[in-house]
Parts: sequence; structure tokens; C-alpha cells
Amino acid sequence: MLERVMSRHQYSGSALIEVLHTAQQLYGYLSKPLLGTIAHKLRLPPSKVLGVATFYHLFRFVPVREHTVVVCLGTACYEAGGTELMSTVKRHRPESEWTVEAGRCVGSCGLAPVVICDGEGLSRVTPETLVTRLGGRLS
Amino acid sequence: MTADSLHAMQRAEQQRRLRLEDRILCCTVAGCLSGRAAAVRASIQEQIDLQGRAGRVEVCGTGCMGLCCEGPLVRSSAADAILTNATPADGAALAAGDWSRFGERILLPDHPFFAGQRRIILGNSGHADPERFADYVAGGGYRSLLRAATEMAPEEIIAEVKKSRLRGRGGAGYPAGIKWELVARQRSAAKYVVCNADEGDPGAFMNRSVLEGDPHRVLEGMAIAGRALGAQQGYIYARGESPLAIARLRTALEQAQREGLLRGQMFDSHFSFRIDLRIGAGAYVCGEETALLASIEGKRGQPVPRPPYPPESGLWGHPTLINNVETFANIPTILEKGGDWFAAIGTPASPGTKVFALAGRIVRTGLVEVPIGTPLRTILYQLGGGVPKGHEFKAAQTGGPAGGCIPARYLDLPMDYDSLTAIGTKMGSGGLIVLDSSSCMVDLARFFMEFCMDESCGKCIPCRAGTVQMHDILARMTRGEGVESDFEILEQLAALLKETSLCGLGIAAPNPVVSTLHHFREEYEAHVHERRCLAGHCRMPVPAGAIQ
Repeated sequence: MLERVMSRHQYSGSALIEVLHTAQQLYGYLSKPLLGTIAHKLRLPPSKVLGVATFYHLFRFVPVREHTVVVCLGTACYEAGGTELMSTVKRHRPESEWTVEAGRCVGSCGLAPVVICDGEGLSRVTPETLVTRLGGRLS
Repeated sequence: MTADSLHAMQRAEQQRRLRLEDRILCCTVAGCLSGRAAAVRASIQEQIDLQGRAGRVEVCGTGCMGLCCEGPLVRSSAADAILTNATPADGAALAAGDWSRFGERILLPDHPFFAGQRRIILGNSGHADPERFADYVAGGGYRSLLRAATEMAPEEIIAEVKKSRLRGRGGAGYPAGIKWELVARQRSAAKYVVCNADEGDPGAFMNRSVLEGDPHRVLEGMAIAGRALGAQQGYIYARGESPLAIARLRTALEQAQREGLLRGQMFDSHFSFRIDLRIGAGAYVCGEETALLASIEGKRGQPVPRPPYPPESGLWGHPTLINNVETFANIPTILEKGGDWFAAIGTPASPGTKVFALAGRIVRTGLVEVPIGTPLRTILYQLGGGVPKGHEFKAAQTGGPAGGCIPARYLDLPMDYDSLTAIGTKMGSGGLIVLDSSSCMVDLARFFMEFCMDESCGKCIPCRAGTVQMHDILARMTRGEGVESDFEILEQLAALLKETSLCGLGIAAPNPVVSTLHHFREEYEAHVHERRCLAGHCRMPVPAGAIQ
């Protein structure tokens, strides 16, 4: 699959970001050996590949956990209490199972504050509904 | 696809719809989907089958109808009305066309939210399915591209765009026709058309809704630009955080290619144009045009000094046109109805419409499209229903981290590029966040500065170091540790960033601070002199004498 994306772009260095996206989709994160392979195949210096990958927020370098929760902290969500939700999440989730991320505006500002729980968008979230939701996911 | 087959498809789809008793359109844009719109749609489909009405009634998805706060929204073509807060339990009544029980949940087209709007870019939303090619064609889609490819000379297309006086909708408001002409004039073996869909301003979801709700409109606009400029390749740079918009764009591209558009020569003409999708990876600075181009080339999204501007030297050193999603979305209509028709909407200096995203302390949140120059008061009070009871309007924030605030005394300000610039804010891409007395303006300025600090690409020192310094001062103020000299330093830093930063991010980063300092200085002074937050938002140290 990764090979296919690279060959579709004729192993051109300009396809680096596309290739990184695909790699992350396939493996969940970008490991050092994976980045090394990509650098080799696209004939780019490893430093450039790492430089590009670390420049962008969406690429991750550690594996994701079983569940992911993204708390939106865009303007509308921030004003509607997003930071409070963030601290609620941090207080209530067991370290091992959750990857917690702050979102940069997911574009559902009309429904603020928004939390994305395992890919599902929750709107007008309150600390109480969030705790129930997180609890439900665990049991 | 030929001209004849396009017309045939349009007629066939229009006739097919005439034979239907009812067409039920469910909003399937991100906002309503998070309110279980998919389950509502599935329930309606199930009920249509159960009631044996398949073939006479159909259910399909559609783009954003605007009133996101009342979602999921479902529209019926027979009833010409919208049902708000739809649930799967409504499926049976909707399938049967029985609207008698819905009562106050019914919205009619003369509702104040819709009456004040003028929908061009969102014209298909609520009427067409973004995932069906024939739906776009039925509404006259791709006919402008047909004309551009077969009947019009490139100069005529550019003349029409110039006549429309369309200004770039990305925020800066540069005249689109003049930009197109600059690229068209260049002699080069390769030219590129790039659509900036990296909508990164927090609080803005206009472009995303257009891409999710009517992707073909943007593709058609880009292809027309390609024809006008003599370009054969286009790129859409989409935001990685909007997976649904990317999926809809992919579907639309595949459909267009399958129909023989955007792949090789189209409509039996010599014009060929292809569009590729590039996905951003979460870097706000990539909305800046030179950073965006670097990112398409697979590099770190760092800007380079201009000139040369992209129309002279852009992607891989070739002349490149970069326009925003909304700018391209206007093009098919401008060609269809003429530049003069378009120029008559809005104000003489800023014709056309603008899509605004309403959020924050306002009764009706969502997406509206109004003629440019509509007063802020009309948008907020007539369309948006005003601020909720018990709250008081304080300011509207526009332009995201590059913009500023519009305080209450400017409520009657016409919303156009020049009026907004005059009071120290920006039209930006169209995010409009309403703040009330519970919002602290110092903390808001700190919030945006934190955003710019995180998003600074690190290439030039004024932005890299300046945003950190400004954020530190603002953070100190919100903790009640500000000192008198901070005011002067903030103002000096603001001027320094504005004058010496390399790109728009650093140049505009001080805007929210300057704007709030100008309009709400008393809040800053209360934080520093009295250790008090007028909004009661910031946690301040308790004064020594206060504890008895």
C-alpha cells in the first residue's frame, strides 16, 4: 500500500507529505525505522524527512492508545468552556487506555464546545456528559 | 463528456425529479452528522421502503442549510419546509409526507434566518446531493465550464471576472480578475491553479461546509480558471483536520473524471485540465500562500520572502494562481449570470456575497450567506436571533488570530473589507464569534497569541521570539501579575512584529492585542492596576487586605 502511493508519485520527493499521511494511516504512527525506509525510497536525506514530519502537528511519533479523545480548543469552544473539559478529561481517564489531544478547531463551532471521542463528534458537551461518556467507553 | 451529453443529463435528472412526489434532503455536513443525521436518514429510507413509497419518494443527503444549532435538519421539496431537531422517530411521518405533527419544529423559507440571506455559494445546499454528479448538473452545473472551454476566449473569461469585481475571499480581498490577468500574461511552459482550502482560523467553517456541501462548484471554478490562464494542472490544498471534506472532494473528483471532465480533453475541445488533492497536516502557517506552495512541494511549510509573487514564480518556479475555496465557488455563477449581475450585489467596492460562520453567544449559530455590506446588526439580530436572554452583547470577533474585535458601538457597521479594516479588524475568511460580558478580552488576546506562538513556523525572529514575549506578558496580566510598563512593551512589540515579520502570520499576530487594547483598554487597566478581571473570567490573587 505504502509502496503503491510512492510508485504512483514516481518516488518523487515532492510526495513526501502524502507518503507520510499514508504511512500513519497504515501503522498508526511514524516510527524511526519507518521514517528511515521512506527516506531511502524517496531518495531524501533522513534529516529532511524527520524535519518535515515534525513540522506538522498531525504526524505522531508514538503509538496511539486504544481510545482517542480530542477536545476542541478553537475560539468558540475555548469561550464555551473547552479548557474545563480538557482538565475533566485529564482528571478522569486512566493513563493507559486514552490518547488525549487538544484540537485546533474541528469546524463545528455552532455546536461548541465539541469533543471527538473515538472519531465520533459530541456537541455541546458539559463536564458531566463527558464523564458519563468516558465512563461508558471504559466499561 | 460532450455538450450534448451534459444537456441530456441535466434534462433527464430534472424530469426524474418531476416524477417524484417528494424529495427529502437530510443535511449530511459535519455539524448535523454529529447530531446523528445519518441515523435520521437511514430511518427515513427504511420507512419509505416499509410504506412502499420507493420510486415516488426519495431521501438523499445535502449540504449545510445553515441553522447548525437546530440540527439535524431535514428539508422536504414537496412541503418546501425544513424540520429542525429531527430524530430517527420522525422517519415515518417524513416518509409519508405528514408534517402536521411537527408544529414549532417547522421552519419556512420566510423565517428571518433565511429571509435576510442571499445564497449563491450555498445555493445548492438544501437542494442537491453533494455526492451525486447528476444533482450538480441538474442545477446547471458544469455549463459554465462548457461555455468557457468551447465558446469563450481566455481573455473574455478574465474580462468577465474583472467586470464582476470579485475580491479574494481568503481575507485580504485582492481583486481576483487582476490576479488572474497577472498569471495569464506570464509566458511559461507550465502554469498552476491552486485552491487554498487550508481553512485554519479557529472559529471558521465556511470553506469546509462548501467543500462538504457542494464540492463540484469549487472544481468547476478551478477548471474555468485553468482555461482562462492556460494552465493544465490544479491542486487543492485541503485541511487534514476535515476528513469529510476530503472524502467528498475525492468522490467529486472521481465522478468528474469518470464523466470525462478533469481528465484529458473535455467537451470535444482542446482544453484539458486535471486536479490533484493535497492534504495538509495541521500547520496554520500553510494558509500563507508561499508556505502552502512549499507544502505542496513536500517541504516544511515555511514562507519565503515576496516578491517574486506566486503569479510570477510559484509552484516549482512556475506562474501560479492561488485563490480561496469561496473565490473559486463564485466563478461558475459569475460566468453563468455575467459580471455585471454579480457586481450589482453587495457594495460597489466589494460586490457579491460572503459566507459567515456564526458562533459564540448567539441564539442561532450556524452558517449564513449575505450580500457584502450587510450591517453587523442585521446578521446578529435578524439572522442570528440576537444574544440569549440574560446576556449582553460585548463584541464580535472576526478574522480569527489575524483579526480583531467589533465592539457594541459599531453594531451598525457594514460588513465589508474596507469598513472592517478601518476599525482595526479584518473580514478574514468569515468567522464571526459573538462575545458577551463573561468573556475577558485580555484572556482572548492571550488565547490568540498562544495560538500564533504555537503556529509560528520559526523562520523569522520577530515572529518566533516576539509572539513568545507578547504571550508571556498577556499571560502575566491574566494571572494578575501585570505591571505598568507592560503596556508600553506590548505596544512596541506589536509594532515590531507588524513591521518586520516575514509573512502574514507574524504581521497579523498582534492584531487581536492592538484591537482589544484600543477598544477595551479599561479591561487591561483593571487587570494591571486593580488586579481585577471585569469579566470575572481570570483567576486573580486575593488582595492582602481582603481577608478579614
